[in-house]
Amino acid sequence: MLINEFLLLGAVLFCIGIYGVIARKNAVMVLMAIELILNAVNLNLLAFALRNGSPDGHVFALYVIAVAAAEVGVGLGLVLLIYRNKRTIALDELSEMKG
Amino acid sequence: MLAAEQVAEHVAEHVGWFLDHAFLIPLVPAVAFAIIILVGKRLPMKGSEVGVASIFASLVLAVGVAYQWIQRSETTVEPVIRKVVWWQSGGVQFSVGQHIDGLAVVMLLLVAFISTLVQIYSLEYLRGDRRYTHFFAALTLFSGGMLMMVLAENMVQLILGWEIMGLCSFMLIGHWWEEEANSRAALKAFWTVRVGDIGLLVGTGIIFFGANAFAQESGSNGFSIAAINEWALKDTGASHTLLLWGCVALFIACIGKSGQFPLHTWLPDAMAGPTPVSSLLHSSTMVVAGVFLVARLYPLFHTGLDINVAGQHFNLIAVIGGITIIIAAALAFVQTDIKKVLAYSTVSQLGYMMMGLGVGAFTPAVFHIFTHAFFKCCLFLCAGSVAHSGSHHSFEMKKDMGGLARKMPITAACWIISTMALCGVPFFSGFFSKDEIIDNAHNNGYKVFWIIGLVGAFMTTAYMTRATYLTFFGTARGAAAGVHHDDSHAVAHDVHDTHDAHDAHDAPDVHDAHDAHAGPHESPALITVPLVILAVLALAAGYLNAAPFHIEKFTEWFATEGREPFPELASAAFEWVNALPSIVLVAAGFIVSLFISRGLYGEKSFFLKGITKRSRPLRAGYTFLYNKYYLDALYENVIVRAVAYPISKATYWVNQNVIDRTVDQVGLTGQSVGNWVYRNIDQRVVDGAVNGSGAAARGTGSALRPIQSGKVNQYGALLFGAAAIGALVLVIVNT
Amino acid sequence: MLAETLVAQNISFGIIATVMVVGAIRVVTSKNVVHAALWLVCVLAGAAAQYLLVYAEFVAITQILVYVGAVMVLFLFGVMLTRARIGNENDLNNKNWALGIPVALTMFAAMAIASTAVRIDTQAVSDAIFKPYLLPFWALSFVLLVAVIGAIVLARKD
Repeated sequence: MLINEFLLLGAVLFCIGIYGVIARKNAVMVLMAIELILNAVNLNLLAFALRNGSPDGHVFALYVIAVAAAEVGVGLGLVLLIYRNKRTIALDELSEMKG
Repeated sequence: MLAAEQVAEHVAEHVGWFLDHAFLIPLVPAVAFAIIILVGKRLPMKGSEVGVASIFASLVLAVGVAYQWIQRSETTVEPVIRKVVWWQSGGVQFSVGQHIDGLAVVMLLLVAFISTLVQIYSLEYLRGDRRYTHFFAALTLFSGGMLMMVLAENMVQLILGWEIMGLCSFMLIGHWWEEEANSRAALKAFWTVRVGDIGLLVGTGIIFFGANAFAQESGSNGFSIAAINEWALKDTGASHTLLLWGCVALFIACIGKSGQFPLHTWLPDAMAGPTPVSSLLHSSTMVVAGVFLVARLYPLFHTGLDINVAGQHFNLIAVIGGITIIIAAALAFVQTDIKKVLAYSTVSQLGYMMMGLGVGAFTPAVFHIFTHAFFKCCLFLCAGSVAHSGSHHSFEMKKDMGGLARKMPITAACWIISTMALCGVPFFSGFFSKDEIIDNAHNNGYKVFWIIGLVGAFMTTAYMTRATYLTFFGTARGAAAGVHHDDSHAVAHDVHDTHDAHDAHDAPDVHDAHDAHAGPHESPALITVPLVILAVLALAAGYLNAAPFHIEKFTEWFATEGREPFPELASAAFEWVNALPSIVLVAAGFIVSLFISRGLYGEKSFFLKGITKRSRPLRAGYTFLYNKYYLDALYENVIVRAVAYPISKATYWVNQNVIDRTVDQVGLTGQSVGNWVYRNIDQRVVDGAVNGSGAAARGTGSALRPIQSGKVNQYGALLFGAAAIGALVLVIVNT
Repeated sequence: MLAETLVAQNISFGIIATVMVVGAIRVVTSKNVVHAALWLVCVLAGAAAQYLLVYAEFVAITQILVYVGAVMVLFLFGVMLTRARIGNENDLNNKNWALGIPVALTMFAAMAIASTAVRIDTQAVSDAIFKPYLLPFWALSFVLLVAVIGAIVLARKD
């Protein structure tokens, strides 16, 4: 069955995404990595849908796509705002929250 | 789509388009409400045309329903029930639909008709008002709520309509909320009714649990009105106590809504709203809702409260109704505000309806709802007409009215006809309904309520004669005499009108302008036409069921009696002899009241006038009348003091002697304990602990501080690292 | 899911999966922001192809339309508007970028065990998760609306 391979592929993409979120400095790059994570989740959902033979997983995948689109919209809006105020989007320079 | 299985047999039978689609009647105003709210301000007549058109459409539909119902009633009086399930939860199907029977048909017709006239009247009366559009929106929704309640198929839907009305009455009474008194009146009305509404919810709940098992056998549930009535009537082993408490709870709601004693106090205050609102509120909607609820669930009340059971001379409904008749009629004597007289009169008449239902006179009570709507609506609109064109927006009879009959002949004629109908003068509509109630009380063995009814008739005539005399006869006073004085009312109303100065369409009010120099005059056609229509009906409506002439069309067409499920009720055969006492009392009331009124308020040197100054006992009587029969004082000083003073005194004593001392003692003890605690525990133990924990927190904080780097990536690493470890733990635990 | 189709499916799955993994690694390691974005396109398109393999045509089409069509354009705009350097950049990574490797590997271990070694009854899981979904769909449309408005508000100049 392809199911387990699908799950594995999802896991790989997910972890690469995690690495990207942790390692990257540029905020836009971090957002891209988050997209990787979301896609990994979608792969899982569709694999489950295949196993169950029900369309529910597809519906959820569509939700995720829609939410991801919304997330990118808001995320890039935030990035632009940060850039406008700070003239940089390097995340390690944005440490006002330092305790 | 329309029907669930259990009413399939009704669906099969063809009952006519209007009867099948009666649910459209409340729907049309509801949709119109949305339209007015959304686009009303942009329409050429600012939304009022939508309101009038929708109510008129409802009227047309209602007439169609009534026509088909009358046609149908020759063969069967089975209710036309249509419903559709909209929500299903916990095995209960919540449906929405229509339950059309004779009662519903009468009410639909009545509500739609009165609403139409009131809306037409409002076109002129409210012209130039600041919130003209919102007024019509609320008025339309108000009628929609009542119509919805009237044809409700189940209790949930009924509550919905009931609450919509409560909300709209709040909006309408507080229409001129800039004056604090108005907004307070609106709040008072809302909250007083809310007090009763709790009873509605509780009662509905009780009845639901009682009737549900029985109702489910026939495929409906304990909210269905038809099922409740059937359940209450048939011997289903239902506990009588359950029925009793369900009825009491529901009746509390009726007390609140229908202004029965002791929750009647909101009704006179509700006069703060514009007159068309009072008219609609008092004639066919809102206050009638409580009476309607009792009538709707009459089998339930009949069984639950032992109405018409041999040997029972009292029951809750009749007692409350009877008390209300007398209390309200007595209060009507002491009012100087014409609308308040009418308000108390409404309360009193509602008492008649309740009493009628309470003594088993079902059809007369429903018929009284029907006739009362016409003449009471007419009276209110007359009062509005007087204020609009005769007394410069004042409702004070003593200050600003008098002698208006010559200046406003149409209004005066309509008023007098309606008054005669209200008093129950023979051959006017009130006679055929009210006297039937009184007669039936006698016939069914409720002697006490028969006497109360007769006394009420006497009082009604007396106070209405007084009001009529003060308003339309005698000397013209104040604004009625053309004096343009800036009393509070006039100023207040001017304020409403000048709000709109910015609004080009309705600029400074036309009628206000001419009021100032032209004095009292007849109102324009938009006002008088509804008046005349209503006056004609006040005269004629009674002939639908004129017992003396053996006309019983109303009973034939609309009566719910005589069909299953409905209790068997005896009906009194009309005898002129039985009607004689009330006729005599009405005549007596008229003569006595006219005599006194002329004596007190007349312009000619009537012998009473001098006499009150000379003769000691008569001066006492005069003072007694002048002080509004001391009823206000009775309420304010005697009752309030009798109840409140001892309580407050006792409270004060308890306060001073018990509580204060206790507090003092506790305080002293507390002080010494506190001192000890401060010295020994606070200083040593607590402070030490606090200091210690502070130091600990500081240490932990500085240890953990590097983690809060402010860097997003690092937070991400922590988050995912923790998640990964958590996942690993889960995996290991699960394998 | 049928035995006959497995061979072709397995082969295409392997090829696409390889492309996706390589692409994903390039996304997180590339020194050029625009290149990273293009590699991301590659991964997303690969995901769409995988969806086709599991008979999710509609999701695949949506994936192409929304991600490759809309989201990527947004990303490129984001890159452009934040004046990223065109060409290679050496300081795209954090100072402690290496922290990502152990975290990612731990996570992968957990997930790999979970999806292969551990026999979790996926049927039950998915049964539990997937209930009638109309209401969330409505909620989602509100989320989108809020996001659209939020993005506009955030990105406005004043």
